[in-house]
Amino acid sequence: MTAGPSGETAARLLAELPPSPAVWCSGLRKRYRRRTAVEDVSFSVGRGEVVGLLGPNGAGKTSVVKILLGLVRPDAGEVLLLGRPAQDPRARARVGYLPELFRYQPWLSADEVLRLHVRLTGAAVPEGERRECLALVGLADRAGDRVGGFSKGMQQRLGLAVALVARPELVVLDEPTSALDPLGRADVRDLLLSLKAREVAVLVNSHLISEVERVCDRVVILDKGRLAASGTLQELLGQQEVRLRLDGVTARAEARLAAAGGLTREGNSFTIALADEDTATVPDLVADLVALGVRVHAVEPARITLEERLLGILRTGSGGERP
Amino acid sequence: MTARTVPTVAALTVQEAARRRVLRALAVLTVVLLALSAWGFSRIDAEFGGLTSGEARLAAATVLNLVMFGLSLIAALGTAFLAGPTVAGDVESGVALAVLARPVRRGAVLLGKWLGLVVFGCGFVAVAGLTQLLIVLATTGYWPPDPLTGLALLAAQAVVLLTLGLLLSTVISPMASGIVAVGLFGATWIAGVVGEIGAAFGNESVARVGTVSRMLLPTDGLWRGAMNAFQDPALLTRFSDAFRGHPFLSEVTPTPAYLGWAGVWVALVLGLAVIAFTRRDL
Repeated sequence: MTAGPSGETAARLLAELPPSPAVWCSGLRKRYRRRTAVEDVSFSVGRGEVVGLLGPNGAGKTSVVKILLGLVRPDAGEVLLLGRPAQDPRARARVGYLPELFRYQPWLSADEVLRLHVRLTGAAVPEGERRECLALVGLADRAGDRVGGFSKGMQQRLGLAVALVARPELVVLDEPTSALDPLGRADVRDLLLSLKAREVAVLVNSHLISEVERVCDRVVILDKGRLAASGTLQELLGQQEVRLRLDGVTARAEARLAAAGGLTREGNSFTIALADEDTATVPDLVADLVALGVRVHAVEPARITLEERLLGILRTGSGGERP
Repeated sequence: MTARTVPTVAALTVQEAARRRVLRALAVLTVVLLALSAWGFSRIDAEFGGLTSGEARLAAATVLNLVMFGLSLIAALGTAFLAGPTVAGDVESGVALAVLARPVRRGAVLLGKWLGLVVFGCGFVAVAGLTQLLIVLATTGYWPPDPLTGLALLAAQAVVLLTLGLLLSTVISPMASGIVAVGLFGATWIAGVVGEIGAAFGNESVARVGTVSRMLLPTDGLWRGAMNAFQDPALLTRFSDAFRGHPFLSEVTPTPAYLGWAGVWVALVLGLAVIAFTRRDL
């Protein structure tokens, strides 16, 4: 290739462009005979971003994941993985995947499975790195054992190692903790955090909302094949709330409470949706209340959980308003 | 990318065939058949002392073809029941999900599987067939006129059948694909025998049954060619009546056109399998 002045300019312009998202999909649709599995789903996962894919059973989460990876052909819609159209298998060169139905060749050993996947990817991963990968998921001492003898949990751990072994830039995990004990779940959470620290993009589909809440930057919620809501946790869960248990609240004190944000009262319990994220708001409020002669029994931060929010979205069927 | 995928998957398939229980079953069946045939051939020599040398040769050639038919049946069963699980089984169990999410083309994966099965099937035919021929040589002193062509045609028959098994396994369940492939193989063989009997009695419409079935699934035509290569050519002139409608003797070698058709058939069926597999949702 000759790199003339215009070629150099183009190359520089390309290099200066922000990197394309790890996942970009638009207008995905999939019907199985008369049943609609996925309808008009669009979202993206930025580089290094951890995104949770949530929704009830049959919401189309696994179908969406399979469409992204080229395992299912969409009826309509476009997918780009790491900037390449998904029809091109090379788009998956830096993608790791743990399927919901995780099974690996039972006649191979754990290390042979990793070697196979490294070879299929075309990467060169030395043995030491493969061992580290197995150690990361707690299978260091089982590298030479046949997969056929593994428990479900161990196969899922192996699946995580397979997803991570070829130095991915995007990892897609479909129910990564379904077969794991609480210890294993904690390991997966740590793993997700370490991927996040290494700026590997992650799309994780999980029923364990509390875990998604702890590690994800953004959440995409599907319901009946459609996008029900998406956004950062901040956007979805709204602003912080504070709950106070008070005695001797006068009209002036109540006015002071209302000035801090949206106020709801149930007997002695007052809940305020804080108007701003200023850290001084709550201490100032408490100091003012005490000055006004109010007796303060308790001040607790309250935040609607992702689970409550998810249930609200799914029950009311609306993504825009808070329940 | 395809150049990387095909050999990797082919090697994996050979490894799978070697490590699965099918291989042990295949090995046991083969050893039993070879041992039985060794005993049988030694009896032909001992018990039929009163036969003329020509009659003894006819008996040996018939029995050799019969045993070779047994071997081809084992090869057919083995490859068909390996071809089934290797695609349909992988899809059903979920093994295919992780593999196909790699930067690979599905066609290349299928081609690799086919190549692995071909290597395995041909290896089996070569080892078991050659052992059988050596057993016959040791017990009766008979060495076929064209053993290489015979074994090659047997191997080609196995390739045809495993290609069919592979196509079936892209659309139906693993067990069903094995059963259907072996069933079709048996049906073609019977149609071939019926056609030969029709030819022996000069009934053209019955004879056509064999011709048509041999075109639809080339296993029987290749098998008849293999038989022809294993039997003593002198028999044909001396016992030409015995060849009429005989299921284990053959008077024809496959024409180059027929071999070409078998090649085209394999390519067509493999192409169909690739299309079916590429379009399939997993």
